[in-house]
Amino acid sequence: MRVLVCVKRVPAPGAKINITDDGQSVDATNLGHTMSPHEECGLELAVQLVEAHGGESHVLTLGVTEADEQCRWAASIGINKATLIDVGTQGWDPQRTASAMTDAIRAIEEVDGGFDVLIFGNESADTGGFQVGIRVARALGRPMVNAIKGVNISAGIDGENTVLEAQRETDSGMEVYKLPMPCAIGVKEGITWPRYPTMRGRLASKKLAVDVAASDAAPGGQTMVRLNRPEEQVSETIILGEGAAAAPAVIELLKELGLWSEGTSKQEVGA
Amino acid sequence: MSVLVVVEHDRGTLADASLEAFAFARSIAGQLGEQVEALLIGADAAGLADVCAAHGAGAVHHASIAGDSVGDYGPEAYGMVVASLAALLLPSGIVASGTDRGNEVLAQAAAELDLPFVANCVSVKTADEWELTRVQWGGSLNEDALLRSRLPIVSVAHHSVEPQEVSIGATAAITEHIVELPEWVSRSVIQDRVVLSEGLTLATAPVVIGGGRGVGSAEGFNVLEALAARLGGVVGCSRAVTNNGWRPHSDQVGQTGTRIAPQLYIACGISGAIQHWVGAKAAKKILAINIDPAANMVVKADYAVIGDLFEVLPAIEQG
Ligand SMILES: Cc1cc2nc3c(=O)[nH]c(=O)nc-3n(C[C@H](O)[C@H](O)[C@H](O)COP(=O)(O)OP(=O)(O)OC[C@H]3O[C@@H](n4cnc5c(N)ncnc54)[C@H](O)[C@@H]3O)c2cc1C
Ligand SMILES: Nc1ncnc2c1ncn2[C@@H]1O[C@H](COP(=O)(O)O)[C@@H](O)[C@H]1O
Repeated sequence: MRVLVCVKRVPAPGAKINITDDGQSVDATNLGHTMSPHEECGLELAVQLVEAHGGESHVLTLGVTEADEQCRWAASIGINKATLIDVGTQGWDPQRTASAMTDAIRAIEEVDGGFDVLIFGNESADTGGFQVGIRVARALGRPMVNAIKGVNISAGIDGENTVLEAQRETDSGMEVYKLPMPCAIGVKEGITWPRYPTMRGRLASKKLAVDVAASDAAPGGQTMVRLNRPEEQVSETIILGEGAAAAPAVIELLKELGLWSEGTSKQEVGA
Repeated sequence: MSVLVVVEHDRGTLADASLEAFAFARSIAGQLGEQVEALLIGADAAGLADVCAAHGAGAVHHASIAGDSVGDYGPEAYGMVVASLAALLLPSGIVASGTDRGNEVLAQAAAELDLPFVANCVSVKTADEWELTRVQWGGSLNEDALLRSRLPIVSVAHHSVEPQEVSIGATAAITEHIVELPEWVSRSVIQDRVVLSEGLTLATAPVVIGGGRGVGSAEGFNVLEALAARLGGVVGCSRAVTNNGWRPHSDQVGQTGTRIAPQLYIACGISGAIQHWVGAKAAKKILAINIDPAANMVVKADYAVIGDLFEVLPAIEQG
């Protein structure tokens, strides 16, 4: 099985996200970089699929030269190959990004053979456009379902019957999709449990040859003007008290909100 | 001309978030001096015409898919229906809710039409190029953007506008459309469903009791469960908790978990990292319980109790 995972380099902010003075980007001074937890899970899923079925996994990223770091992280947990489309910025719009990534995937497939599964994050951690994977899949003519939170790794994906069974979480359960391969999915955190890099993985990642590609894709119709911090309604926090002594004040509040019913005794609830 | 709302439903049951899309579409249609129209996709959606009218739809389009290869929801099928109705109705804009399905269907339609799609907007000013504000980082930041398109396609960020019934008791004219789709769209249609829980969920519960790293262990959540049972609520958690394996990811509140909007969110032992806060901020009221009076959660909450959650929660539960 051949699996591709697309990951996007983003800053790793803490309690607050600062913006540069010109409003053009997140101020990443003193910040490390990471990727969306969705994409981390996507990498893990790719490694598991290849462990179960044999084959090869490949990571693809579009952005700045430094996104090499995310490629090596992917290799440290077991991804086999990497391609970086170096466009000198993390700021390409979704249509342009998708078009460049589609070209890159075609180029990789021409040399290495077609991918059975393309894995995207449900949405990127920063811009969250909810579309790059869908656009790429459509351009390549492959079925795509987003918001996938479960994949049947072992069943139905070998031999003749090449179907990927994928599940999407809803309020009341799961929707089941059966995608004929080659196919694409957008995954959510929780689909699997990402492993930590091992020492051996880290060493291997140092030796990884990251393929660097370029792109001349044309801009799309969405242009960022600037970033702003949303207005927060800064309400003065009302301190209801300290420790157990605050319980009566909390119960008063619950009553005010209509969330406390005297009727329900503890026994009834426990029964 | 009109602003077209793609109405989200599951086998004929309306998704409440669709009503936000109507509210958002009305604000756009108002600027353009046009009416809002609704698009209902699938044979089972016909019954939703009245609620569309009540939320301001002057006309309702009901699209059924020819043949029976697409009986249920499928992103490619629905996206193709939106694209084909767009070509027929020539609306001035298309709006849907910023949900899993809403965003996915509009992205599919935009890809089919080779047009831009802007997800999770909070405001629009119409002009030659639409001036939009949309959310980034799951709602932690706003982005001002320009949209250059012959047909603007946008979704509205969940919980960013209040739905409102505008014409109570109204009915709208229904136009029936039968859409022919290529055979292949059936490949991504739902094949089966697994029902896991009936009743209260994180997204619908009136009270959510959230626990963070401060809860310390899986067993530590017993005190949260007890209070949740007493109040008729459900338990949620932070990513620190799911990362430690104390709760399943389906309990996680935040940017990469569930967005909640209960009457009251009680956040216990949660520091209030921005990625957690954005999933909780739509709660009507927030009560933080934390040993640290300077924790971000305490500072941002409406109410706070300073103290050990293992002392505070049982005292509340025991009344
Ligand atoms: C792209 C991205 C997406 C993310 N998505 C999410 C998400 O969806 N949801 C999410 O939650 N996080 C998310 N995170 C992680 C987030 O940044 C934080 O790491 C996480 O929310 C911290 O969890 P916490 O508050 O439980 O832990 P901590 O930050 O460690 O806070 C623990 C708190 O417990 C208090 N405490 C300790 N003991 C007690 C006690 N006995 N009684 C009362 N209080 C006590 C402490 O004072 C402290 O405030 C994401 C991060 C990234 C980079
Ligand atoms: N610059 C990028 N490089 C690699 N993958 C990307 C990039 N942008 C988006 N993607 C992929 O597409 C998914 C959806 O992105 P978006 O449409 O921005 O929400 C992400 O989770 C990634 O898997």
